[in-house]
Amino acid sequence: MWASINELKEKIHAGSSEEVVAEYLERIGRSKLNAFISTSGESAISRAKEIDANDIEGPLAGIPVAIKDNISTRCIQTTCASNILKGYVPPYDAHVIERLKKAGAVIIGKTNMDEFAMGTSTETSFYGATKNPWDMERVPGGSSGGSAAAVAGGEAPIALGSDTGGSVRCPASFCGVVGLKPTYGVISRYGLIAYANSLEQIGPFATSVRDVTTLFDVVAGYDPRDSTSVDKEVNYSSSLENNVKGLRIGVPEEYFGEGTDEKVEKAVRDSINTLEELGAKTTTVKMPHTKYALAAYYIIAMSEASSNLARFDGMRYGLRTEDSDWHTTFSQVRASGFGDEVKRRILLGTYALSAGYHDKYYLKALKVRTLIKQDFERAFKDVDVLITPTMPYPAFKLGEKIDDPISLYLADVDTVPINLAGVPSISVPCGFSGGLPIGLQIIGKHFDEATILRAAYTFEENTDFHTKRPEGM
Amino acid sequence: MITRKDLTHIGWLSRLELSEKDIEKYTPKLNSVLDYFTELDDVDTEGVPPTYHVLPLSNVFREDEVSAQGGSLTQEEALSNAPKTQDGFFKAPRMM
Amino acid sequence: MYDNPDGVMIGLEVHVQLNKLKTKVFCGCVTDYHNDPPNSHVCPVCLGLPGSMPVINKKAVEAAIKIGLALNCKVEEHTQFYRKNYYYPDLPKGFQITQYDFPISSGGYVMIEGEDGELRVGITRAHMEEDPGRLVHEGTIDKSKYTLIDYNRSGMALIEIVSDPDMRSPKEARRYLDKLRNIVGYLDVFDGNLEGAMRVDANISIMGGQRAEIKNISSFKGAERALLFEIVRQKNVLRRGGVVVQETRHFDEAREITLSMRTKEEAHDYRYFPEPDLVPLKISGWAPAIKETLPELPDARRMRFVEQYGIKDDHAKALTSELKLAIFYEDVAKKADPKTAAVWVCDVLKGELNYRDLTVEAFKKEHMLSVLELLAGRKITEDGAVDIIRTLLDKGGSPEEIIKEKGLVIVAGDIVETAALEAIVENPQAAADYQAGKVKALNSLVGVVMKKTKGGADARKVREVLIAILSDGFYPPIEREKIEKTIIKIGDVMVEVSKPIANLLKKMGYV
Ligand SMILES: [Zn+2]
Repeated sequence: MWASINELKEKIHAGSSEEVVAEYLERIGRSKLNAFISTSGESAISRAKEIDANDIEGPLAGIPVAIKDNISTRCIQTTCASNILKGYVPPYDAHVIERLKKAGAVIIGKTNMDEFAMGTSTETSFYGATKNPWDMERVPGGSSGGSAAAVAGGEAPIALGSDTGGSVRCPASFCGVVGLKPTYGVISRYGLIAYANSLEQIGPFATSVRDVTTLFDVVAGYDPRDSTSVDKEVNYSSSLENNVKGLRIGVPEEYFGEGTDEKVEKAVRDSINTLEELGAKTTTVKMPHTKYALAAYYIIAMSEASSNLARFDGMRYGLRTEDSDWHTTFSQVRASGFGDEVKRRILLGTYALSAGYHDKYYLKALKVRTLIKQDFERAFKDVDVLITPTMPYPAFKLGEKIDDPISLYLADVDTVPINLAGVPSISVPCGFSGGLPIGLQIIGKHFDEATILRAAYTFEENTDFHTKRPEGM
Repeated sequence: MITRKDLTHIGWLSRLELSEKDIEKYTPKLNSVLDYFTELDDVDTEGVPPTYHVLPLSNVFREDEVSAQGGSLTQEEALSNAPKTQDGFFKAPRMM
Repeated sequence: MYDNPDGVMIGLEVHVQLNKLKTKVFCGCVTDYHNDPPNSHVCPVCLGLPGSMPVINKKAVEAAIKIGLALNCKVEEHTQFYRKNYYYPDLPKGFQITQYDFPISSGGYVMIEGEDGELRVGITRAHMEEDPGRLVHEGTIDKSKYTLIDYNRSGMALIEIVSDPDMRSPKEARRYLDKLRNIVGYLDVFDGNLEGAMRVDANISIMGGQRAEIKNISSFKGAERALLFEIVRQKNVLRRGGVVVQETRHFDEAREITLSMRTKEEAHDYRYFPEPDLVPLKISGWAPAIKETLPELPDARRMRFVEQYGIKDDHAKALTSELKLAIFYEDVAKKADPKTAAVWVCDVLKGELNYRDLTVEAFKKEHMLSVLELLAGRKITEDGAVDIIRTLLDKGGSPEEIIKEKGLVIVAGDIVETAALEAIVENPQAAADYQAGKVKALNSLVGVVMKKTKGGADARKVREVLIAILSDGFYPPIEREKIEKTIIKIGDVMVEVSKPIANLLKKMGYV
């Protein structure tokens, strides 16, 4: 069932939120996508009833929303798709969940993901891989694959994911939906279970730029509990205008390099042409440090992760194995609780921070981060947005890359520089390759979401890629 | 290059019990990633400051006031996810 | 010159808990948990729940600057927080938020009384960090079958004050600790009487060995004991030809010994890196303004007391050992004789407070002033004054009420005299024995006088009067040569007294 927020509002108005929520839950129940780790059936229905009965208003009143399972939800199990957090029920809500509840949204379930958001394919989940609605043999992208697949498969109209190195944009691209990674600091991370704090942001998914923006408006905003949260209240929906006249687009050639699928390149260049025809101006920009972004990103992310994940010791929550002495129990809990990819990243992160290697890896990566950030600052002196492919190729097959970490990491080549620089970026559907969606990435300046949303909205208004739905759903 | 001995040490530093089989399995994969990371050796970062925080924020504080919002949990809530408790305490294994 | 024969070098890491703040350092949980059930003052942040994030308590930063300034440190313009990655069950996140590069203050010093005069103990740094939780073991840490964890303390603001290894004996270490508590106590950031308010880790080495770090010291006395034990242990190891290795040792307070903690966790590699969830602090403008608010510190105040009030340095030192006591004294000294006030506040009141484990807040300044006034007016005896102070502390009330109730009003001189004469007349043998050189005989006479005055007389004064009557024949003992003496017969004992006394006795019908 694919419907926009406005269509659902009409449906709720004519019928009830309860009916809408029940319909989605029923659809999830029948699904073979494995997009959800858990659904909140009863509580969702009772919340919907409450909204119906009390005519609760709000921008998302009665609208179902799916939440990535690394965002803390009070009274709803939150696992990060890891065995180590099986059964963990947070006693508090993340900031975004508070805002969603206030806006009247109904949480219908927690979506599948790569374990602790560490992955590009949603295959590392303890709960099994999520499948791509466009081809059940392919990955939905990751790490927010469950949220993207749920939206693409009509199992949720809107969803939240998180993006540390592309984890919203990659699955949006692979699943043919819209996904936004806001500027660092725009959405509070309070309650988001950290993978790499200095890089990540929560981001919205929907089938259209308008709905992504509506959800973004609800969840964005200052939160005193997140010291990196920025105090800027903006109504982004008001910036949605079908107009790119005079928009200066930069095309960094480094993003069309070796390994980029021809059809992907063509679709992206065609899209740039479309925008030019609508009045935008294009120039080529140089971003010379792009090729180093991947290594820098992984070193930083793994280093932070090795520390973030140290709290999972089985004492206060989560998995506990048989007790021996404390240090041994700690090691055994983690050995049985974490999957291979998480272990690899913890080990590498620990190594990159350890005595003798800190400067070679961690510090070096942060210096390279500075250079990459400067690449963006330089580019944005002359252009308003940058346009690149979101992913160098369409969704790959399940199991194709999972045993080769490097080839999997390389898939993030076009998304990680954005997180290193902290700038906002949106992925919108822009074509197909062999029946699989292709994503167009539009990158903006710090806090200039309005411009990339307008560009994406204009593109959407003048193309029909976003209206295509997978068959057999 | 990470040796098996390094990996045992890193495993302990990370509190991840690694079996012989794990070490066998991980060593080449970790080395291939570390090998990839050496790309950064090509970048001249002389005089470049590290970027720890991507936004130029500073001096973010809270006042010394008891939080109303998201304040303290009850003991029951605090212990609600604990695998083992005793008399209101979390119960951990022996230290030594 | 102290020659430090064993080459002892002691450096201390003192953790001062900012327990006067209302809330913890990174969350809004209250700091007042001391009598509450375990894990009842925790939130997602201090419990380290996944997804929670720290936010810095501004007051804690101000307090840290205060402490840095009071320890003569340089307060940095740029400071930031780091993660120290290590594992212990009291650490809910698997790392501690602390400072590493860019500590908030560093490079200070504290003056203490060393083994051979004034000793300057360098302060390497004083930085901010969060307190871990509290562990409870069944019995001792090495024998306990499990570990219980209470996170109420988790996230309390701590200042870690790291000294240079400048101390050469456990005694110096103890004095340094006392001095530190003294100074920090002046800053209104910490209540030293609360459990766990100040905790010590000690680094100690002797010549020819490496240093041991002793953890789990919970009192200053414990620190001294642990260090004494450790010196003996290290000397024994070396004497037996062994090697003193660098290690962490755990102080077992009950047994007063240190235990090796040598386990695999010894391989420390803290992997410090900046806390990504906390942004840097730029506090260049803060220190001068905070300096303005610092109170006069103990050393300065002690010197001023000696100068301004003319009291003994020992008294000045004791009186300035706590800010409240110093203020109490100074308020009293302004309205009474400063020297007498020093004696009574320092020698009497402070002792009585210590004995009862009370602070000076338990005693009213007005009461001290009335006691001093009554003494000055010779309305009460010194013993009576002590009695009043004790009664005020134990039962409350007012000095006037206590005097009335206990009949503590001083017995006027002539009454003592009369009682003394009566005592002599009633016990002529004791009087004669005394005059014959049996000094102890006086005690029974004193006892009789005390009984007659219902304890209201000052025993010293009674002795004085009796001696005067019996030795000089008159009281007060004036112009001894001019006094004509006579021998009178009381009963069948002959006693030598002055003529006026003899007349007096005749008039009273005793002779
Ligand atoms: Zn708290």
